[in-house]
Amino acid sequence: MTPFLYEKVSERGDALSLGTHPGAAYLGGGTNLVDLMREAIARPTLLVDVTGLSCKIEEDEKGGLRIGAGVKNTAVATDRRVRARFPLLAQAILAGASAQIRNMATVGGNVLQRTRCAYFYDDEAHCNKRSPGSGCDAIGGFNRNHAILGASPACAATHPSDMCVALAALDATVSIDGPRGSRDLPLTDFHRLPGDAPEIDTELRSGELITSIVLPSNGFSKRSSYRKVRDRSSYAFALVSVAAALELDGGRIKNVRLALGGVAHKPWRAHVAEAALAGRPATEAFFAEAAEAELRDAKGLRDNTFKIKLAKRVIVDSLVKLSNAKDAPR
Amino acid sequence: MQFVINGRSLDADVDLRTSLLDLLRDHFGLSGTKKGCNQGACGACTVLVDGNRINSCLALAVQYQGRKITTVEGLTSNGALHPLQEAFVAHDGFQCGYCTPGQICSAIGMANELRTGVPSYVTADVAAEAITVDFDEIRERMSGNICRCGAYNGIIEAISETLGTIPLPEAKDAP
Ligand SMILES: Cc1cc2nc3c(=O)[nH]c(=O)nc-3n(C[C@H](O)[C@H](O)[C@H](O)COP(=O)(O)OP(=O)(O)OC[C@H]3O[C@@H](n4cnc5c(N)ncnc54)[C@H](O)[C@@H]3O)c2cc1C
Ligand code: FES
Ligand code: FES
Repeated sequence: MTPFLYEKVSERGDALSLGTHPGAAYLGGGTNLVDLMREAIARPTLLVDVTGLSCKIEEDEKGGLRIGAGVKNTAVATDRRVRARFPLLAQAILAGASAQIRNMATVGGNVLQRTRCAYFYDDEAHCNKRSPGSGCDAIGGFNRNHAILGASPACAATHPSDMCVALAALDATVSIDGPRGSRDLPLTDFHRLPGDAPEIDTELRSGELITSIVLPSNGFSKRSSYRKVRDRSSYAFALVSVAAALELDGGRIKNVRLALGGVAHKPWRAHVAEAALAGRPATEAFFAEAAEAELRDAKGLRDNTFKIKLAKRVIVDSLVKLSNAKDAPR
Repeated sequence: MQFVINGRSLDADVDLRTSLLDLLRDHFGLSGTKKGCNQGACGACTVLVDGNRINSCLALAVQYQGRKITTVEGLTSNGALHPLQEAFVAHDGFQCGYCTPGQICSAIGMANELRTGVPSYVTADVAAEAITVDFDEIRERMSGNICRCGAYNGIIEAISETLGTIPLPEAKDAP
């Protein structure tokens, strides 16, 4: 590990001024960054520990929530307001990693964990994300876990966060502060597709700090679910995951949200399927048609073509279950 | 740096790169906490910080100065085993024993989480007030601790039998 300095800050201003130092990195729980430092993939020379900042969950008049970037993943999933109003988010967080890691991980760090695959960690392998221009061994290699949507010839890694798939479905906004002022970005615009620059995962600029995530209130608390399919039943990254939320008006779909995990370089909001479903009857046939439309441009690699069918099935099954739910398990 | 480990205040002059796991094992000789994968994937290094379970391999020691750290060595009182340790012996909750300190600290952390109402991925209704602790809940909640010997049946029996009677680590921390 490259040597570094360490500063724990208690004021945002201090974080922002230290964050402009060359080689500075913000430190959350460290569950991703410390690992990458040990592998010499990340080599910060100054760690600015921001776990003491933005540790609250606040609500607005309409029932929406602002979740501080420093709140631990476990604390989000345990918060009564999150569990009652955004059960999808609690479920997605609880589907990720292990209890130990969720106790350490912060919301900001979860959003900013690297989009990655096993080749990214292997210093014998070619990886455009680790070393731009060096090539991608995953595309012709073992790629069971890789992307089927939005990949490029340069990179097929997937964003591993479960939490972000729920946030994408819930229309969350990322609040950012930085040397040139503060700004907000929709979560769905925050992460990038790989294109020809897979070394850049997000739109965050140098020195910028995530301060909170904003969740607008919605009518989905009664019909929403997070389904994660993986190679073992717990403590594994998603092959495919589906965050789904429905609001019905009689038998018709008044409002629907769908996002997929494990399939792309970013949390994948299923806009095509949503558009196909709006105002339609909530029937399995329409769900299947919408899933088909969403996955129309999906491309499999040697080992992951199964994900295309799997994603469609999990979408349809999630929506069928949600539409059948009587007074709905939350 | 100043640490509070198993109720004792300890000083260490360590490199900033030192993980909490290496601090415990190499600097304080507390070798009960084990290093398996050193990357968050096995749970052998689980310790409690202010009663919450974490993986000490992914933690930089410097982040945990002044916090109450409890390791497996801090669970006995006056030489007597913790009830959960007794239960692991009674139910054959281990074979080689390498994962055991992590399993035990993790189970104590899990008991705290159940008491404070932390739901899990298998909790049928995350919004419900009460959580029914059954086999599936324990399995899911303990999935961050891998046992290479596959002693899972004994581990779950030991935990189920002891749940509810596990004293909070806070209560044990007093010098
Ligand atoms: C074994 C293992 C299994 C896992 N399985 C899963 C899984 O199944 N599902 C899943 O979703 N996740 C999984 N994870 C990933 C885990 O969720 C992340 O490591 C964690 O959420 C990162 O949070 P952190 O606070 O520890 O981030 P850190 O490691 O502290 O930081 C991560 C990145 O974010 C930056 N950063 C942190 N906070 C801020 C901020 N406020 N503003 C700007 N930059 C910031 C850091 O500089 C760094 O680049 C797994 C991790 C491990 C080790
Ligand atoms: S040694 Fe820490 S999780 Fe494996
Ligand atoms: S007893 Fe050997 S690893 Fe669990």
